[in-house]
Amino acid sequence: MAWQRKILRVNLTNGTCTPEPLNMEWAQDYLGQRGLATKYFCEEVDAKVDPLSPENKLIYATGPLTGTMASTGARYSVITKGPLTGAIACSNSGGYFGAELRFAGWDMIIFEGKSAQPVYLHIENGKTELLPADEIWGRSVWDTEAILKKKHQDPMIRVSSVGRAGEAQVLFAAIVNDLHRAAGRSGVGAVMGSKNLKAIAVRGTLGVGTIRNPAGFMQATVAAKKVLANHPVTGQGLPKFGTQVLMNVINEMGALPTRNHRDVQFEKAGRISAEAMHEPRPTDGKPNLVTNQACFGCTIACGRISKIDETHYTVLNRPEYWGASGGLEYEAAWALGAATGVGDLEALTFANFICNEDGIDPISFGATVGAAMELYDLGLIKEADVGFPLTFGSAEVLTRLAELTARGEGFGKEIGLGSKRLCAKHGRPELSMSVKGQEFPAYDSRGIQGMGLAYATSNRGACHLRGYTVASEVFGIPVKTDPLVTEGKPGLVKAFQDATAVFDSSGLCVFTTFAWTLADLQPQLAAACEGDWSMEKLALLGERIWNLERQFNNAAGFTGKDDNLPQRLMTEPAKTGPAKGLVSGLDKMLPEYYELRGWSKDGVPTPATLQRLGLPA
Amino acid sequence: MTTQAGVRVALKLYASLADYLPAPARRAHRLDLELPAGTTIADVIGQQGLPPAMCHLVLVNGVFVPPGERAVRALVAGDELAIWPPIGGG
Ligand code: SF4
Repeated sequence: MAWQRKILRVNLTNGTCTPEPLNMEWAQDYLGQRGLATKYFCEEVDAKVDPLSPENKLIYATGPLTGTMASTGARYSVITKGPLTGAIACSNSGGYFGAELRFAGWDMIIFEGKSAQPVYLHIENGKTELLPADEIWGRSVWDTEAILKKKHQDPMIRVSSVGRAGEAQVLFAAIVNDLHRAAGRSGVGAVMGSKNLKAIAVRGTLGVGTIRNPAGFMQATVAAKKVLANHPVTGQGLPKFGTQVLMNVINEMGALPTRNHRDVQFEKAGRISAEAMHEPRPTDGKPNLVTNQACFGCTIACGRISKIDETHYTVLNRPEYWGASGGLEYEAAWALGAATGVGDLEALTFANFICNEDGIDPISFGATVGAAMELYDLGLIKEADVGFPLTFGSAEVLTRLAELTARGEGFGKEIGLGSKRLCAKHGRPELSMSVKGQEFPAYDSRGIQGMGLAYATSNRGACHLRGYTVASEVFGIPVKTDPLVTEGKPGLVKAFQDATAVFDSSGLCVFTTFAWTLADLQPQLAAACEGDWSMEKLALLGERIWNLERQFNNAAGFTGKDDNLPQRLMTEPAKTGPAKGLVSGLDKMLPEYYELRGWSKDGVPTPATLQRLGLPA
Repeated sequence: MTTQAGVRVALKLYASLADYLPAPARRAHRLDLELPAGTTIADVIGQQGLPPAMCHLVLVNGVFVPPGERAVRALVAGDELAIWPPIGGG
């Protein structure tokens, strides 16, 4: 079975918690987590809903392998309509919370309505209750976790919560669990804050005892773990250097968006790279990186744990920031650093701590600061508007804005709107480096052409985790393709998008795909879950999920015109590096992509496609 | 190694390959070399004692050089040869 077959429906308006059986028919068609929760969401919520209204719902969803012995079985996703984008939002997190939720016997929690007063949900196996959040409202994620553990006299409780940013409905507020793992993108934290829901505290002792074929599952997971251990990327590269190893690679390739995508190479990239995190600092002789860390059940352990130099200006006389905590991943280091022109590793680490402490997405935050800096540079934002000059490259500006934005204060409120609304407000909407309102991650699509198409067609707005063609265009996984050409990319993007949707619905981490293909996941699913989980079925499943998300977005008002990139990437050629002189070739790729998807030339799934995938028209 | 008619190139080694650089070059991840004309990428890999299996991502001036071309591609003046072991990220 693998599923716990149980959903908790929490009506925040009425203050009720009601268990209900999981729809097992849908589980066969949508597996779990991203796919299954999206099915529930699309069935229950009008696509035109205002994301911050009580009519929007927020679903916490695990996959059938979450909390099992499968490597990386740590994942859960939060599905809602995103306030940053107006599109379907699905943000995935690791840590320990997801597994704990499964141990308590739940596959999913559906939150609906809005509480009159701030509350949190407390779960202890089958016992569920909404409790007043008086002592945690107004507090950070870090304080919230400490207070709830103390209050419930249980250090093993796992907490997923919003910080002050979620309460203030910062449009890219994140939901954070286990202090520094986050469902980071699209503003899922703002939806949670809008519902007056502060946190979920869960303790589960039941385990996941529902594996269909335990011996077969043990065999399949052991074999799959061996593949991870023996692969140089998942066995050595990621544990030692984390995702941050990409900083120098992508810079060398001329695809590191710099200063709001004005440039494609950052002269200080080396200073904020994985290698720099390993180097002893001149001040205290210690490196920024303390250790790596694993999410529940993960045999890769790509997480970074860092400690800030106690003499650095950001933490002078602030011992609360002297401890080791979640360090820089590549996307965060890029957004906080290259996108703003800041090359101070300690300042970036501090800004990252703040993003974790109060729950904001470092990608959208850093990219929006980059956009604000360009608006300032052009004279469209004035020093008087902010209180200080927004100079590109200023670490002080970055860290100050991080604190203001995370707490919803001062000019931080403007940054908290995201770059699309900020740039539109100042008359230059084209300077927002975003798709469907969500800011780009760390790859310039002039230098890595496939990513332009992946961003433009991503169902949750610009995102690298929906179709990571970087794996092929840069690392050669599964095969090396030329990052500077558009030929063959539509098929590559579609294949990555569909496969990723399956992994995101399983409970496992997409980083396994550096070593695994669907053929490594399939035996684990087949042993754990009842039903037919053949390769053919999985291929169809990924495509079905992708099309379901697309249908939601189309119903929400998006059209093919929104599968677009900012003008800068289409008309301003890269200035340096291998892509010098190139712009994104999106226009060459998009029609072929639509065709491969079985969509009309306007980007609408045809009736034949829907029928093939078993989706209603 | 150094000749009058040599070509000046930069060798950049990252991640665990940085250990193969002489200590003073490690922090910058960069070693300037003067090579006889015609020196190939594979020659440099051999001369620097880099395990070929660890030389996964090989870029010259940011552009990937496939394994089959490394033994024939001669470096020219000003080339920047950057090498990584197998890596991934996201
Ligand atoms: S690979 Fe990294 S992000 Fe994924 S589960 Fe493991 S530690 Fe967590």
